[in-house]
Amino acid sequence: MNRFLLPLAGFALLLAVLLVGLARAPQKSILPSPLIGKPAPQFSLPNLFDNTAPVSSESLKGHWSLVNVWGTWCVECRAEHEALLQIKQEARVPIIGIDWKDQNEDALTWLEQLGNPYERVGTDRDGRVAIDWGVYGAPESFLISPAGTVVYKHIGAMTPQVWQREFLPRVAAGPGA
Amino acid sequence: MKPAPARLCTALVCAALVGGGAALAVDTTPALPTPALQQRYYELTHELRCMQCQSEALADSSVSLAADLRVQVRELLLAGDSDDQIRDHMVARYGDFILFRPRMIWRNAWLWGAPGVLMLVGALVAWRVLRARARLVDSEEAGSNGESLDP
Repeated sequence: MNRFLLPLAGFALLLAVLLVGLARAPQKSILPSPLIGKPAPQFSLPNLFDNTAPVSSESLKGHWSLVNVWGTWCVECRAEHEALLQIKQEARVPIIGIDWKDQNEDALTWLEQLGNPYERVGTDRDGRVAIDWGVYGAPESFLISPAGTVVYKHIGAMTPQVWQREFLPRVAAGPGA
Repeated sequence: MKPAPARLCTALVCAALVGGGAALAVDTTPALPTPALQQRYYELTHELRCMQCQSEALADSSVSLAADLRVQVRELLLAGDSDDQIRDHMVARYGDFILFRPRMIWRNAWLWGAPGVLMLVGALVAWRVLRARARLVDSEEAGSNGESLDP
């Protein structure tokens, strides 16, 4: 009996490793951001609505903000638009949009038709700022503390559930680091 | 001999495979000024992951983010950054996952250590099995000796 014990233990261990791997597989495509807990990457982008006033990381200081990376080519962005409008309605956290690899006319038409949830929209035409923010697939949403720290990142469409479960408690928890 | 439609299908698949080779060259940007830089560019874009299509390297990916990241690698090389500086630049933004070759840091110790541990375990098992087998042979020999003495 004893000689089956070791192979059996080995098999059980392998089974456990494979099951854990299998259970975690769906989250594998969602990668943790190395920016969490670090200062938000600096940027200065042309303003979609106003050529004279660039949208910069300075505007994130002093209050909570939601930085939302989107594009009119992005299907999921259309899906999350309603949720962003609701967040705007709530008026607790202003949303700064980064319009990623897009055309100004397309972006303006999009916001005209679907409504504009953004306080400001910066236009990232060459994708440089998105790279600095570690963006790899729109939409992505970052929660920035009043001190300018990246507190949380959500990859994929924003929903009222995600907003209430992951974002609002962090805002309520205080000013953050 | 296969029927004609099947043969046609095979031919088409072969043609697609052969033609696909040419389509794989997604990076059509001009070469860097020196062969040494070009070589480093080649190596870096092959060991950095395309984050959007995660099993592809930057060099092989046709998505626009990969093209943007290739441009950054090129610019950093031209600006005189070392390979490590360029890797760090990417890791700071996208995390360790962007490296196909994991770094030797403490967090990755289990990754680098596990093969050694497994090899030790394997050696231990092999040693025990071989010793048990040798003992079996010894006892068999002793047994046959005993038998030969019997009659």
